[in-house]
Amino acid sequence: MSPAIGATLNRVDGRFKVRGESRYSAEVPVTNLTHAVLVNAKIANGRITDIDTSEAERAEGVLAVLTHRNLGRVATVPRLLPSLAGLAAPGQTFFPLQDENVHYAGQPIAVVVADTIERADHAGTLIRVAYEPAPATTLLDQGRDRAYVPERIFGGLLPGQASRGDVEKALAEADVRVEASYRFAPNHHNPIEPGASTAVWEDADRLTIYDSTQGPSAVQFTVAELLGLPPISIRVVSHAVGGSFGSKAMVWHHPALAALAARHVGRPVRLVLTREQMFTSCGHREEQEQRITIGARADGRITALRHHKISLTSPFDDWAEPSLQSASVAYTSPNYEGVYHLVRGNTITPTFMRAPGEASGMFALECAMDELAERIGVDPLDLRMRNYSETDPESDHPWSSSGLRECYERAAELFGWHERDPRPRSRREGQWLIGTGLASALYPVTQPVNPQRARARIYNDGTAVVEAGVSEFGTGVFTAMTQVAADALGLPVERVRFVGGSSDLPNITAAVGSAGTSAVGSAVHLAACQLRDELIRRAVADDHSPLRGADPARVEVRDGKMVLCDRPDVGETYADLLHRTMTPDVEVLGTWNPPPQDAGYGVHTFGAQMAEVAVDADLGVVRVRRMVGVFAPGRVLNRKTAHSQLMGGMLWGLGQALMEATRMDPRLGRWANASLADYLVPVNADAPDVVVDTVEVRDDVVNPIGIKGVGEIGVVGAAAAIANAVHHATGRRQYELPITLEKLL
Amino acid sequence: MKSYQATRTAPAPDSAVVRGPGEVEVRLRVNGEVRRMFVEPRVSLLDALRDRLDLHGTKKGCNQGACGACTVWVDRRRVLACLTLAISCENREVTTIEGLSEGDTLHPMQQAFLDADAFQCGYCTPGQIMSAVALLDEGHAGDDDEIREWMSGNLCRCAAYPHIRSAIRRVRDEQEAGRAAR
Amino acid sequence: MRPVSYSRVADVGTAIGTVTADPESTFLAGGTTQIDLLRIYVEQPARLVDINDLPLNGIEELPDGGLRLGGLARMSDVAAHPAVRERYPVVSEALLLGASPQLRNMATVAGNLMQRVRCSYFRDTEAPCNKRAPGTGCGALDGVNRGHAVLGTSDRCIATHPSDLAVALVALDAVVRTEGPAGPRSIPIDDFFLLPDRTPEREHPLTHGELVTSIDLPALPVAARSRYVKIRDRESYEFALVAVAAAMSVVAGRIAEIRLALGGVATKPWRARAAEQVLDGAPATADSYRRAAEVELEPAVSHGMNEFKIELARRTIVRALTELAEREAAA
Ligand SMILES: Cc1cc2nc3c(=O)[nH]c(=O)nc-3n(C[C@H](O)[C@H](O)[C@H](O)COP(=O)(O)OP(=O)(O)OC[C@H]3O[C@@H](n4cnc5c(N)ncnc54)[C@H](O)[C@@H]3O)c2cc1C
Ligand code: SF4
Ligand code: FES
Ligand code: FES
Repeated sequence: MSPAIGATLNRVDGRFKVRGESRYSAEVPVTNLTHAVLVNAKIANGRITDIDTSEAERAEGVLAVLTHRNLGRVATVPRLLPSLAGLAAPGQTFFPLQDENVHYAGQPIAVVVADTIERADHAGTLIRVAYEPAPATTLLDQGRDRAYVPERIFGGLLPGQASRGDVEKALAEADVRVEASYRFAPNHHNPIEPGASTAVWEDADRLTIYDSTQGPSAVQFTVAELLGLPPISIRVVSHAVGGSFGSKAMVWHHPALAALAARHVGRPVRLVLTREQMFTSCGHREEQEQRITIGARADGRITALRHHKISLTSPFDDWAEPSLQSASVAYTSPNYEGVYHLVRGNTITPTFMRAPGEASGMFALECAMDELAERIGVDPLDLRMRNYSETDPESDHPWSSSGLRECYERAAELFGWHERDPRPRSRREGQWLIGTGLASALYPVTQPVNPQRARARIYNDGTAVVEAGVSEFGTGVFTAMTQVAADALGLPVERVRFVGGSSDLPNITAAVGSAGTSAVGSAVHLAACQLRDELIRRAVADDHSPLRGADPARVEVRDGKMVLCDRPDVGETYADLLHRTMTPDVEVLGTWNPPPQDAGYGVHTFGAQMAEVAVDADLGVVRVRRMVGVFAPGRVLNRKTAHSQLMGGMLWGLGQALMEATRMDPRLGRWANASLADYLVPVNADAPDVVVDTVEVRDDVVNPIGIKGVGEIGVVGAAAAIANAVHHATGRRQYELPITLEKLL
Repeated sequence: MKSYQATRTAPAPDSAVVRGPGEVEVRLRVNGEVRRMFVEPRVSLLDALRDRLDLHGTKKGCNQGACGACTVWVDRRRVLACLTLAISCENREVTTIEGLSEGDTLHPMQQAFLDADAFQCGYCTPGQIMSAVALLDEGHAGDDDEIREWMSGNLCRCAAYPHIRSAIRRVRDEQEAGRAAR
Repeated sequence: MRPVSYSRVADVGTAIGTVTADPESTFLAGGTTQIDLLRIYVEQPARLVDINDLPLNGIEELPDGGLRLGGLARMSDVAAHPAVRERYPVVSEALLLGASPQLRNMATVAGNLMQRVRCSYFRDTEAPCNKRAPGTGCGALDGVNRGHAVLGTSDRCIATHPSDLAVALVALDAVVRTEGPAGPRSIPIDDFFLLPDRTPEREHPLTHGELVTSIDLPALPVAARSRYVKIRDRESYEFALVAVAAAMSVVAGRIAEIRLALGGVATKPWRARAAEQVLDGAPATADSYRRAAEVELEPAVSHGMNEFKIELARRTIVRALTELAEREAAA
């Protein structure tokens, strides 16, 4: 039996998905169901002076209209805490419908429940609201003079500033300096499945929520705190999630509101966000500007890096996506200064969005690196290699594993990088100016803070089920876990089933920071290994077993059969052992204790991105013709699903580079393009064929199975490679995302 | 709670029968089966399928015609269920992803999507597949550029696009080989 | 969506009679504009009169060599029709570059002309908008107006006319035929679209209950040498930033016949008559094209974010004409 890990197995849930049979959270059949809709504030700041719900209440089919006047107070408003902690993980330190104040447009101000979705929706429009508006800040430029340096950002996980060496001095002494500012439009995740919660009270203190989430337990804990219930009262189920990209990583208001509404009407309530509400209900990548200064020697060796960011956050939280972190360790730079500046504005708290921070921070760094390469006349790839750091420049610890050089070598070969003429505007095909560009990809290996658990059970027919509370939102985690468990148990994948998607199952933190598969994978691996060892232990201790008396260390499992390593003809199957001993099943709980964050290693995932663009010389239209990405994500559990995720990430980079922007009307304080017709994401025609490859690097530090994650690294650097290619094609540097055609006219 | 009156204006002599705005009986032929339901005329085909008939394979991504997740066939043409009223589909043949394959065997396009890993979260997938099968019927899968353009009415935020194209190519080639063999 | 009642009609007379009799009713064709706007409360008819059973979906030859597109013919069917593709490629291309395959299977050509603007303030019932709620002001004038018009604007409204098909039709001098309570009429396409001026809420000369029965394409040999160029931020499934519909014939290096219209830049599908005048008889060179483009865009007014459209429109005109000339030279 060849190992399942590394095989290109089809998704285990794939059959259901291609037949439309998977039930996403708004599709779970529930009897006596009612429908809730949220009504949102139309002003960005101020208060509600009057809210008249009488007409809505009288409308046909309406069961309840809830506002701050009758919803009741929540037990506590938990503080924002990233879901990585494995505790309650509200997206912001605020809960709506508690008083008459409005802090951002789109804040929920009422919940309407009716017997059908059409009736709930219509009744919502019958609510009359009078506001007393106050001046609002919704653009960075409106609040620059009020910027401050926060003590900590990112839910308290990171300091607001960091430095090493003497950056001023080093910059003053540098042979070459590159200084540039980069502006980033706000972005929204827009998974195709909107957020959705269905709340069912089985009795007064037993609630089930079917929720579209990256972390069922995080929802359980958050709703428990809000409702003042113990976690044992709440069960959260998430069978299939239609994409998240960070929008469902934290817990927003709708699951708790659905639960409160359901309690109020005494019937199950389904609450599905509309597409428009997806722009104001689950965070976004914040509007930001980054200023970067690189000081280098004449040969390109970086001596100093100064990297400042200013961005808009909410009234409640000091949130900034950590744009400076990966950039600060990408290359040798003995002198470094990174500072976050925040401006409070009238917005929901921004949140994780695929490659949160790295996507923007590495864009700035990698575009500046391209400029540096041009300035000193070296190949951009060469410049990266000259500055490659064998150790983490921050801690000076060795990398747990890297692979960046190998990624570049492989990417250059796949792409044909070395045939490149470095001169801008050197290639033209008819109306098209052709250019190529590259960028490094870096993404931190985040570790969950608490133990991760999985349960493994084998039945006496030799089939095994492995369980953990992780949800499947497209990462392929259910498939990969089946493979991990199958290998550890020595079973073919068909005899193993992985079950996830419920807070009843052993606790796993939300699958965030690309750490989902490594966290659950480690727990699954340990559980399955423990189960195997337990069965071997029983066999060697059983007088009737052919393995009786054998050294457990000399027994291995092949195709469900425990055999002596050196005498594979001696042994018995799991099923034989369990039948003979009249044992229906055996079950163990595996617990993985993640290593401390500072384990004496720098832990990052590395990769290399290359892109070729064609820019219409007259019209400014940019088309990406091909992309090559090579990454070193540690062990690859399933090439097929891993490559799909990396490819998807790279195409996200294309969207970020060329079209994604949410546009604010500061007079109204509302987004002016909150729809999928106006917030452009790539369509099939935009997506070139993408070459993805992985370089396997062994990593014994990060976790027992040596995986570093593939969910986000694919995004990092992709936009920079495209922007650098646009420069190569046109000779024009790009300092603002997205690069829409007017910037190239 | 008030009930909606059937109609306010007196119908003119050459005026048609008025149904609604309250619930009326609507009969739909879906996947070859006649299904009856009582819905208001404003109910979309999408909500009728998902909420009334539990045919949840058809997805709602935007409800505004901007994503393609709700793609179904009406009289064998691919259309968007979110911008179609259920009541307007009486006398028409509606086909959803649930009607694409029979029994346990997957439709070749479903199998190709599975093998090519042409999806990740799977939420856009039923719409993609309904589009992809229609695309072949329409004869719009000649080359990759054509596939790209004619599949652009289905957003995939997981960005499985290159794999979607390869799944379609495979089925196209199989069909062509099948035809050539006959 | 507010509650609506529904009727289905099988003949033109009943359709017109039903809608005429009920001021709160409206026609429902493909529904791709109507249902969308109902759902966001921008339009609030109480009654939908489904006209999809009317026998108006044919495409017929006209005795004078023109072509009649039934008002209910679907965008996809018109685009694929051999006569349209051969004799009026600009129409086929404009259709195929619009919306998505699914939408084109639903949407009718009459509905396409009748679609409403995509201005986000128009679509947001809480925002000021003179077109949706006369007298409330124009949210776009000083707002997010990257997609808005630079030609034909007024201080009341700057919304771009969204249709691609209409741009091609305007270039070809199509005729919109209607039937209404007052009998049949034929409206030259250019008169079918009104400038916003002081009444942006008025977009068409139609009376309530008047039905578009067909669109007539005139016999026009030059139309066989035509094309549609559409520029946008993503490669498909998006409205135009700038579009050019052009038909041109060149004899001995000089432009013998020219028809030019612009989309994406004006409050109505924009026949570029000033440019046509410059081009008529001029040498078929980039210089002429550029000069014509300059003249046409002379009156353009930018409102901030849409400034770039002026230059982009000029260049797109040059591009479209250059490619047409090259194509002809090759043929
Ligand atoms: C996401 C999206 C993208 C789009 N992209 C494009 C694009 O790129 N280019 C483009 O051109 N269009 C685009 N469209 C618009 C689409 O083409 C129109 O919505 C469609 O053509 C309208 O036709 P319909 O038959 O669906 O009209 P309906 O929605 O049924 O009707 C529209 C209006 O016309 C009236 N009406 C319909 N038929 C008649 C008739 N025979 N006589 C009198 N009145 C009538 C109706 O009462 C209604 O007021 C897009 C639409 C969407 C939703
Ligand atoms: S541009 Fe026209 S449609 Fe848009 S807000 Fe102004 S008046 Fe309304
Ligand atoms: S749900 Fe119909 S197109 Fe998005
Ligand atoms: S598979 Fe997730 S949106 Fe397409």
